[in-house]
Parts: sequence; C-alpha cells; structure tokens
Amino acid sequence: MEEPVDDAGLAAFRAEVRAWLAANCPDEMRAPLRGDQDLCWGGRRWVFASDAQRIWLERMAARGWTVPEWPKAYGGGGLSRAEAGVLAAEMRRIRARPPLSSFGIWMLGPALLKYGSEAQKRAHLPPIARGEIRWCQGYSEPGAGSDLASLRTSAVLEGDHYVVNGSKVWTSYADKADWIFCLVRTDPAAPKHQGISFLLFDMESEGVSTSPIQLISGASPFCQTFFDNVRVPRENLVGAPGQGWEIAKYLLTHEREMIGGMDFSGEGRDSLAQLAKKALGEGGLRAEPLLCARVVAHEIDAIAFGLTMERVKDEARAGEGVGALSSMLKYVGTELNKQRNEIRMSLGGTDALGWEGREGDQARAWLRSRANSIEGGTSEIQLNIIARQVLRLPAAG
Amino acid sequence: MALVLTEEQRMIRSSAEGFLAAHGPVSQLRHLRDSRDPTGFSTGLWRGMAEMGFAGVLVPKAHGGTALGMVAAGLVSEAIGRNLTLSPFLGTAVLAATLVGRGGSAEQQKALLPPIAAGTAILALACDEAPRHAPAHIATRAEPSGNGFRISGAKTHVLDGHVADRLIVAARTRGCDCDPDGITLFLVDPKAPGVEVRRRPMVDSRNAAELRLEGVQVDGADVIGELHAGLPLLEAALDAARACLAAEMLGAAARSFEITLDYLQTREQFGRPIGSFQALQHRAAHLFCELELARSVVIRALRALEAGEDRAPFYASLAKAKTGEVARLATSEGVQMLGGIGMTDDHDMGFFLKRARAAGETFGDSAFHGARVAQFLNI
Repeated sequence: MEEPVDDAGLAAFRAEVRAWLAANCPDEMRAPLRGDQDLCWGGRRWVFASDAQRIWLERMAARGWTVPEWPKAYGGGGLSRAEAGVLAAEMRRIRARPPLSSFGIWMLGPALLKYGSEAQKRAHLPPIARGEIRWCQGYSEPGAGSDLASLRTSAVLEGDHYVVNGSKVWTSYADKADWIFCLVRTDPAAPKHQGISFLLFDMESEGVSTSPIQLISGASPFCQTFFDNVRVPRENLVGAPGQGWEIAKYLLTHEREMIGGMDFSGEGRDSLAQLAKKALGEGGLRAEPLLCARVVAHEIDAIAFGLTMERVKDEARAGEGVGALSSMLKYVGTELNKQRNEIRMSLGGTDALGWEGREGDQARAWLRSRANSIEGGTSEIQLNIIARQVLRLPAAG
Repeated sequence: MALVLTEEQRMIRSSAEGFLAAHGPVSQLRHLRDSRDPTGFSTGLWRGMAEMGFAGVLVPKAHGGTALGMVAAGLVSEAIGRNLTLSPFLGTAVLAATLVGRGGSAEQQKALLPPIAAGTAILALACDEAPRHAPAHIATRAEPSGNGFRISGAKTHVLDGHVADRLIVAARTRGCDCDPDGITLFLVDPKAPGVEVRRRPMVDSRNAAELRLEGVQVDGADVIGELHAGLPLLEAALDAARACLAAEMLGAAARSFEITLDYLQTREQFGRPIGSFQALQHRAAHLFCELELARSVVIRALRALEAGEDRAPFYASLAKAKTGEVARLATSEGVQMLGGIGMTDDHDMGFFLKRARAAGETFGDSAFHGARVAQFLNI
C-alpha cells in the first residue's frame, strides 16, 4: 500500500492514531474477519466472543471512534472527514476488525443526527456508539416490498401514546435487537407517501413478537415481526408526523452505500487467482478459457468498482455530494458480489457443494449473496431511481 | 491520492472542451471526410491547439511546452473524444513527446520538442506489424551499416504516417522476432530513399499509413534511447497513449450517452416519450453506472502515469480494457435506442460508434489489455 501524503495537522493526527492503535488494539482483533460470526453487534443480550472483543469495543467507544464523525456530545469522536479517513486507513493497515457493527451506526444514527430532536439524540445516540442498544429496521411488510410506500402498519394516537398494529417482514436480526426504528402509517387518508411517520420503540414492549424466517442459505438473519396494540410514547416519533418517507429515503441512501460496499474485496478470503490455483493448479485456469475470461472481466470490474467507491467518497469530501449515486454503488456493488460468489462456486467445483459445518461456508455465502440485490431496494428499484433522479427520464406510464 | 480533479485541472478540462467544441466539432470531421481532405485534419485547428498549450502538454517548459502533465493530456483527450476532433494529438503530443522527452538525446530534444510544442512538426510512431497489437513482436530489422543502420521491414497502423515530418520506427537490432530484448527505436525521414508510405483511410475517417522500409539508411545519431533496449521506452509511451485513448473513449462514450438521453426525452412513440419505457430506462441507468466505472479507471490511470507509479502500466491496461468495453456498449446502445435515425449517415451517432471501434483496437483492445491485467494479478 502506498504511504499517504498528509498536511502537517493530518500527519500529527496519523502519528497519534497509529501509536494509539498499536497500544490499544488487541492482537486477536488484528485478524481478518472469517465471517459473520466474528462481528460484534453489541446490545443488551450480546455475549462477547472473547475478552479481546469486549476490550476492543470498550476502548474504541471511550474515544468515540466507533462513530468517529459523530459529535462528541453524542458519543462520537468529533473527527473531520479527513481525520476519519486517516483512522480508517490506519485500522486497515494493521487489519483491525471493526469494533462494532450496527444498524444504529449505519442507518438510524445519520437519520437521527439530521431529523431527531435534541432529546432523541441524547437518549439514543450514545448507547448506539457504546454498543449497548442494538437496533433493527422495520420497513418492508408482507404487502409492501419494492412498493414500500404502500405499507399498512398503523399507528393511531391515543392520548400521549401511539398504538401500533401490523406486521413487518425481512427485519434483520429482529429477534436479537433491543429497539426498532419503524415506518408506520399515521394518516391513512393522506396520499400514500405523505401519511407515513418514523417511530422508535423498544422491542420488549408488550404486544411485540418475532418469528425467524429460514432462508435458502439455511440461516435465519431475518424475521417477521408482529405488533399487536403496542403502545409507544408519542415523543418517540422522529421529525414531524407525515415526514417518515423523507427520513426513510435519507436513511436508505446510507443503507445502500453500506450494502454496496460490503465484503467486497474478498479480503480475508482467498482471491479468485488463489482459488483458481488451488482448484486447477498453476496456470490451469488458462486451459478453461470461458472461466478464465469471466474471472478476468470480473476482476477488472471489481477494481473499477473499488476505485469508484473511492472517487465518490473523494467527491463527497470535496462537497460534490453522493445523493442518488448511492443507488449506483448499491446496484453495481451487489451485482458484482453475486457474480463473485458465482465464480467462487465455479472455481470450487464440487468441493463448494458441501453443506455441513465449515464445509458449507462457501455454498451458504453464495446463497446469502443472492439477497444482496433484493434487500435495501432491488437492483430494478435502483435502476428506476437512477433513471428518474440522475438521468431525469420521464415517469413511466 | 484523490480521484477528483484539482481546480487547475477543471479549468484545463473546460477550456479544452470549449475550444474543441468551437473549433474541432463533429461537423468538422464530417466535412473533412466528405471533402476527402488529403491531410485528414485541420492544420489551422492543430496550430490553435498548439497555441492553447495542448500540443506541448507533455513537453518540458525549457523546450517550449506547457508541461501540464498526464492528467491534463487525458483531459484534452476526453474533450477530443466528446467532439470526435481530428488532430495529431495522440501521435505527436503524446507518443512522440513521451518517446523523445524520455529517451531522446539532448540534440534530439532540442531539435524535436520545440516544434512538437509549437504544432509545426508531425511525428508518427511505426510500431505495429500485424493486425493484432503485439509491441514486442517486431520483425523489421535494422542491420549495422557504415556508422549507422539499414532498416528493412513493414509496418501497419502508423497514425498520421501519411503526413508525418518524421517517423519513429521500432526495429530489431538483435534477437528473434518476438524477443523483448533487441528492439531499438529510430528516427526516420519519411522522404529518405527506400521509404514507402501508403495512406489508408479507416472506418472512423482517420488515417493510418502502411509503411514499407527497404534498406533505409539511418545514422547512429538517429537512435532514440538505448540500443537493443527500446521496448521499455516504447511501452512507457504506449501506456501514455493507451491511457489517453481510454480518456478519449470515455469522452466519446459520455457524449454519445448524452445524445441518447436527449433522444429518449424527446422522441415520442405510443403517445409518450420513449424514455418513459422501463425497458429503455434500465438500460440507460445501467450504462450510466458503467460510465462511472470507466471514469474512475481513467482518472486512476492518468494519475498513476503522472506520478510515475510502478503500477502505472497495470492501471493503463485496466483503463483501456474497461473503457473499450464501455465505449462499445455506449455507442451500440446509442445506435439501438436511436433506432432508424441512428443508422443514417446524417446523424452523428454513427461517427461515435466507428470511433469507439477504432480507438478500442488501437494499441491493444480490451482482450489484449485484459490479458495484461490478468498477468499483473497473477491469474
């Protein structure tokens, strides 16, 4: 990796970060993630996989570096974008694992920072930053997938409480989450996009129940979640009643960037070239020209995508904004990740067909990747957004 | 290293785009083609490009250039692509300026760089010998003769060869035809005895000459760079040209996409704009994403070359491979979405399709550069 060139202030910060990480990041936390099982999600019921995982989270949270760019008042590090970039680069340099993975950080936090009341920020952001409260996202419903705005879960104001009734589906880790941020219909008479509000509530509230959904990968990261007369204090509504769709869309741009950028480099796993050597021997891939061409074309696109992520971030830093480009990153990133998993399966041949224990990792990852272009808005929805919001093409029909 | 343009580079881009849109637009290409212009480009435009500092973009200031660097050269190329401007920019300002600037003797630099920057000398690289690019495969021989060499062989796809004031010929001074060692670069006067130049107009209305060399006598002082070890110098210049071709294809692809989008907005069928049909919207949106990827690889390659990074050849090939595919997609989709009008010679889209094909083939197509990328990645 190239050694970066900093101005004087940033150079001093880099030196400080490097020294601090050297002293504080436990050795165990300096190994590539082997998979989801190595992530730390936090929350009331979280059981740390090791002391190292706990210590790493506590030390990073104490500095506000689980959320480096959030204001210090809300548990963040108060870093500038450039400083956060330095921290991320220095963590990559020693292969430090992320101390905390969290929908609170990736999705709810940015929305609360923009739309939340001061009381909401003070109540919810610090526990997210410290990994004390784990959040889930209540968006999709059985009857509202790509057409999300047609959602029907209702919240009716009765005195100081909203009473919530309905059901959400594809709520990731709802069975493990402490709180939910949820889209609810507060005004059934308004046009569908305008009657939606953004509500926060405790998953331990009476009337909340969850039921895991088993996926084709065999895992059950998603749940269906039911609300039966759940009473939610009215101060838990974010923004104004009816502003939920605007907040949801803002939050989705963050989610898309996150999904688009997920597990992409294949770092921590064998590269396609290494896999090919294992499967076919040195140079063996060249004897299979069709597979070889797919590998090369994929690697070209993967590197081009990595550079595009970098460029879009640079442009955001230069004040050019990401906005609807998050749909481009989500679409390209997830389609490439699916393609990569297909190729990994082909290179693995019959070895990749194993199902039990670690032998099933590759097949399960392949199956899991199929959801990438469905969750967070399908590829087709992303293309719609690009066509309408970036290219300004006329509305269909 | 940031992948956004600096303020200065933005200014270069907008001045190149403004100047070429005004003085070297697609209509000029159409006129030059229809009038079977013997030069194949506007000499007035080339002088203007020199005055703008574009001809000397890679020439040091001490030799009268602007020394703006590879990113600037790429931005000029992108504007050339957007306007399909005909000019000797690639052959003279990029290839020859790099070869002479890096490998030339003090005398050669003094004699050649100022007229390159001034737009008064056209130079042409004679490298390829076969229809598929293979720069190390050189059968043209240069045998010692007197205090110099006698060169014999045949060259193809010599850009601007029919109007060049000087040729730069890659010839073999030792080794077998495909040996990377043993290649030497020579300055050759196209009017010297034994040189036969045949102009060959191409599908994109540009010219590349076929060259025959029969016992052409050159002087020892006509060697550019090191004897027998010309390939690294040649590859360095080719990489600069490949990155500029990638930038040019990006410009052509982006412009043809704009034309296509405009058509989708205005063309009505079934009582509504065809751009309202999801089948076309999704293809346009996909193409937009591909163009974004192409933009990233192009700027990365230009920066790598400008900084002289070790991995610059890798990034040049990455850019040429990816952009070649994207330009092909953008221009084919352009013709398809324009429908019948896209097939007519009256519409400009066909020019973009043709240029994407020719620029894609020049100095290695996507397959050639894909193979080079694969080598770098140990695939």
